[in-house]
Amino acid sequence: MIYTLFQRVIQACFVLLLVALVAFSMFRFVGDPVQGMLGQEATSADREALRERLGLTDPIVLQYARFVLNAVQGEFGVSYRTGESVADMISQRLPATLELALISGTFALLLGIGLGVFTAIRREGFVAQSIMATSLVGVSLPTFLIGVLLIWVFAVELSWLPSFGRSGVVDLGGWSTSLLTVDGWRSLILPAITLGLYQMTLIMRLVRAEMLEVLRQDYIKFARARGISTRRIHFKHALKNTLIPVITVAGLQIGSIIAFSIITETVFQWPGVGLMFINAVYFVDIPVMSAYLLLVGVVFVSINLAVDLLYLVIDPRLKANASEGHS
Amino acid sequence: MSLLSVQGLRVEFPTRRGVLTALDGVSFDLDRGEILGLVGESGAGKSMTGAAIMGLIEPPGHMAGGQITLEGQRIDQHPERYRGSHIGMVFQDPLTSLNPLQRIGDQLMETLKIHHGLDDATAKRRAMQALDEVGIEGKRRDHYPHEFSGGMRQRVVIALALASDPKVLVADEPTTALDVSIQAQILALLKQLCRDRGTGIVLITHDMGVIAQTTDRVAVMYLGRLVELGATDQVIHQATHPYTQGLMASTPTLAGSVDQDLFQIPGAMPRLDAVPAGCAFHPRCDRAMPQCKTHAPEFDGRRACFWSES
Repeated sequence: MIYTLFQRVIQACFVLLLVALVAFSMFRFVGDPVQGMLGQEATSADREALRERLGLTDPIVLQYARFVLNAVQGEFGVSYRTGESVADMISQRLPATLELALISGTFALLLGIGLGVFTAIRREGFVAQSIMATSLVGVSLPTFLIGVLLIWVFAVELSWLPSFGRSGVVDLGGWSTSLLTVDGWRSLILPAITLGLYQMTLIMRLVRAEMLEVLRQDYIKFARARGISTRRIHFKHALKNTLIPVITVAGLQIGSIIAFSIITETVFQWPGVGLMFINAVYFVDIPVMSAYLLLVGVVFVSINLAVDLLYLVIDPRLKANASEGHS
Repeated sequence: MSLLSVQGLRVEFPTRRGVLTALDGVSFDLDRGEILGLVGESGAGKSMTGAAIMGLIEPPGHMAGGQITLEGQRIDQHPERYRGSHIGMVFQDPLTSLNPLQRIGDQLMETLKIHHGLDDATAKRRAMQALDEVGIEGKRRDHYPHEFSGGMRQRVVIALALASDPKVLVADEPTTALDVSIQAQILALLKQLCRDRGTGIVLITHDMGVIAQTTDRVAVMYLGRLVELGATDQVIHQATHPYTQGLMASTPTLAGSVDQDLFQIPGAMPRLDAVPAGCAFHPRCDRAMPQCKTHAPEFDGRRACFWSES
């Protein structure tokens, strides 16, 4: 078990080093940073001096090592556009994105699993069939369209919820949260639904398919023959077996909720890292882009790690394999 | 009064092309401590009969006639009240019969608690006892199904099926998926446990060897109908129905020489949507008489066959 954990962590570090390499090479290959920083008027002596000062004349391996070392310490340099420290920019905006992802991820998981189980158990029912048909909309409509539609219905026509921005923010020791005020929740609802709708429908369809498969298994028949109630069979025996394959997909989906909230954040002008990234792209703000890339890498790698560990907890068969691999 | 009585059991499956009759007029009795074999080719309705007794016929299939009684009480109207508690079932494949994510001890305790309302400590003790009875060390109750071999898993399945002290056990091909040497062990175990408790067993199999070794009486099925019923010895040595005779003749024996061809019943069992008129077996029967093609023979308590009556 510990060996497996160790193995996974080593793999994760290796992947992150590769991501860091890509992030690092953005500096090298997306134009000359010195050119951008000094402008047209500078002399070549000035440029050489700056190059020397930034360490750009060092061997490339050394520069990469320095980049990784700085990144590990949370040092990503200074934004080309605003001159702010990139680390500060991210730490200011990350809470907004993480809270949005948390709420929409919870929404997607709870509703996705719940509806998936429901549509599997009541496969023939009218309600289940209608949910399945409606879910196609969630899968096929692009995020920005859903966002705009929601704004139109709930903000413009009904005036129930704000159409953009993040309000009711309270500062909790460096972490700005909007989860403590009614206003904050009101501004969260539409973006959270927009962001989570696709994942929700995907998880729901997956849970349904897996559940139907599990319900055909012999151990379910045997459980029925043992006189166990249908309810208990569905929620105790079938659900757990259903969730094993669902965890992988759900994990990756949660990752993409955090990493690719860009569209939702743009539509709702949500002050998160996604919006920061899109602005950075407009202005070729390379330190911000490369830091964002690293952040996304870290998010995916840690979620994958968590999913692997969750497997070991849920499925005893894997635990056996893992310890065999050890000896 | 017999323990379990099945009378005129009829199971139908509505389909787009009409109603298929999977079982028709199946009747037999089972006494306490008795082992009744149900035998026939694949699709003869053996497993369907077992499922009907358990009330586990897959929809849209349903019981369309007849009745099943346990100690004189009808059980087919509310099978869920008897399933698992009064009637237990063992399935064919022990590798897939157990929930892979639950310790076997927990699966046993779950069954015990549901049927006897035991507290944790008592359920745990009874679970150990149940494992002990099937020859598994009590300390292995914390193990998961994948940590057991096929034979051991079938022992766990039997322990689970018998945990609630059912009066009847339906064993659907309990040894088909096991090695021959393990088969004998499992059959001996089943036999011994049921003799001790007075549990009646309906043993579903297509293996004549298992029938000869284990059962007291045999019911032979063909296309959802009973064709012969009698004491095992009688059916094996003095089969009266040509189908039973064919089944017996096509069973390999160690005494036969290697070069000797096994007997084959010609043709295959027809599909349920193409049941021939008259006796369902007549197209494959070498003793068919003119009336076999037009009239279905009645089951007279021993067999359903015009030829053996004449």
